[in-house]
Amino acid sequence: MTIGAFADRGADLQLVGIEKRFPGFTAIENLNLTIPAGSFFALLGPSGCGKTTTLRLVAGLEEPTGGRILIGGADVTNQKSFQRPVNTVFQSYALFPHMTVLENVAFGLRRRKIGDPVAKAHEALLLVELDHLAHRRPQQLSGGQQQRVALARAIVNRPALLLLDEPLGALDLKLRRQMQLELKTIQEEVGLTFLHVTHDQEEAMTMADIIAVMNKGRIEQMGEPQQLYELPKTAFVANFLGQSNLFTGPVVSTTGTAIAVDVSGQKIVVPLERAHRVSGAVTIGVRPEKLTLHDVAPTYSDGRNVLGPGRVIDVSFSGVSTQYLVAVPGIGTLVVFAQNMAFGPAAHVGAEVWLSWNVNHGFGLDDDPTDAPRFEADLDTKTIAQQRRSSLITEFEEA
Amino acid sequence: MAFAAFSSTAPSATAAPSTDPVARRRSPVALFLLLPGILYLVLFFLTPLVSLLLTSFQSPREFGDIGQFDYAFRWQNYVEVVTTYWPHIVRSFSYALAATFFALLISYPLAYFIGVKARKWPLLQSLMLVLVIAPFFISFLLRTLAWKQLFSDESFVVQSLKALSLLGPEAHVTGTAFSVIFGLTYNFIPFMTLPLYTTLERLDVRYLEAGNDLYASPFQVFRKITIPLSMPGIVAGTLLTFIPAAGDYINASRDFLGGTGTQMMGNVIEANFLVLQNYPSAAALSIILMTVILVIVSIYVKRSGTEELL
Repeated sequence: MTIGAFADRGADLQLVGIEKRFPGFTAIENLNLTIPAGSFFALLGPSGCGKTTTLRLVAGLEEPTGGRILIGGADVTNQKSFQRPVNTVFQSYALFPHMTVLENVAFGLRRRKIGDPVAKAHEALLLVELDHLAHRRPQQLSGGQQQRVALARAIVNRPALLLLDEPLGALDLKLRRQMQLELKTIQEEVGLTFLHVTHDQEEAMTMADIIAVMNKGRIEQMGEPQQLYELPKTAFVANFLGQSNLFTGPVVSTTGTAIAVDVSGQKIVVPLERAHRVSGAVTIGVRPEKLTLHDVAPTYSDGRNVLGPGRVIDVSFSGVSTQYLVAVPGIGTLVVFAQNMAFGPAAHVGAEVWLSWNVNHGFGLDDDPTDAPRFEADLDTKTIAQQRRSSLITEFEEA
Repeated sequence: MAFAAFSSTAPSATAAPSTDPVARRRSPVALFLLLPGILYLVLFFLTPLVSLLLTSFQSPREFGDIGQFDYAFRWQNYVEVVTTYWPHIVRSFSYALAATFFALLISYPLAYFIGVKARKWPLLQSLMLVLVIAPFFISFLLRTLAWKQLFSDESFVVQSLKALSLLGPEAHVTGTAFSVIFGLTYNFIPFMTLPLYTTLERLDVRYLEAGNDLYASPFQVFRKITIPLSMPGIVAGTLLTFIPAAGDYINASRDFLGGTGTQMMGNVIEANFLVLQNYPSAAALSIILMTVILVIVSIYVKRSGTEELL
């Protein structure tokens, strides 16, 4: 795409071997990612996982230490931010306080010398239903309105790729829901490629076609929201995207369709096609809402896993469902979500219960739950000084 | 810093019409707290101003000595000073304008570096600020005298320039318009730099990133975003430079960097008050100086859209 003309459709984004180091820490390591044109792609992860850095690299606000960035097949790694066919909706909105809403929206069009910027800016404001406030200053608008202006200011340029940096973070829950729907509608209407960075898993699941879960500078798993939720690959994904009950134990027997895992003396069966590892010590899991509570030991023979007996240690009511914490000796504490089909809880604190779930609802992970950091924590001043020194030396040698 | 008072009136992102009922309620306590300020203003501003205005209309006493005047309404004083001293009036404002322009040209990059670029290195930032303020530790009279030495005919600077034929053999540097404007610029650079620094220091670089993201080249970002957002600092700095520079009488004085051809209004007022003892002329000139500055400043502030400063 050339500056001076609109992109007629979204372009795909390719990140090849992206690496970004800051003095003192590594933000991103060997990131490979392809976002298909016209999709709503969410980059999900906890704060500090490198997702905002990835977005800033794509926008051209940071330079990668290594790797290449391609938009619509064209290498933009060496292009400056203002030369890239990319627009960003910033977390802080960053609306220019010395301009009216209309001037803010028309800013990008004027820079690119696109004809009739005022009419096009009005059109974009109509799309976000704010045209009646076109002549106000940004600081006279509410947070939600400012967010919509920021969105209009970005999409009015019809960028091949629109970057969203947690733009809904500052809004209250109701407004956020409304904006999520609006964003999705706009994306479908204009057919642009959206790259949405967020730490809100629910937001990512409602809006995105594809989610990439990022942790410690790497992508843990990528896929459609439902696939990611039902079949997480790693312990991090299992716990970050919703909640999971995880168990670790050795595989004791394998059939043609399933593996059986020994968890503290109790046998749990997982289908073979839902297990990432099939021998040795494996970690398996099940989602809390898939579990059923029983007050007497169930006598299933086949098709269901049973755990118990355990004791209910906490019951918390949340309207639609009730969350139970069940301590099973030798295994640990399990979370159970039960729909409130009848009045009152199904079990009280201290009650002895058994848990069961459909064998097909379990999943086997590719790794084990761990607390160890992927990158060495090297934030002390000595390390920073050493890294600075070595980077300076290489710089001098190159010069 | 005193300059923070200027920047605090800048249109901040959260500026909204105050509807706080507590702030709007009038209370006798507030008036009482204002009393010392009002008293001070009446004593040290209003009284001298009225006295100056009355003096400017005085007429010479009949058969009196030099320096003896009576209260009257002799408006011809104003006509006389304007016809006699109009070159000085024009010179004052053009020198002040030139000095303000050059000071802005030097101070803006300096303040931008300290306030924006050096944010990553707080130590460097403080060090550079100290360097900007450090000249205040020496009296500006001494510093101006030092420049006189540096620019004198026998000085290394002038000798070198003459040796390089950049300066004619009979040319001087002191006593020229150049040296006066140089002195004014030099003396007022800190007054320009500090208010610029206070606004640039709070400049949100995310606006600049947003500008970059919206296809503005670095130069366009500077012109369309950085300059408008630092306007309060520019206005405060130029006012703090232009107003005192227009009335300055040290740099243009023959004892310092000036000569007979570079006398400004301040020098004329000084001569009339202290040497010629022509108090009404000096007073009339002072009033003219004040009025012209007031008019220029009001137009300037209105045009630049920072009325909050007035």
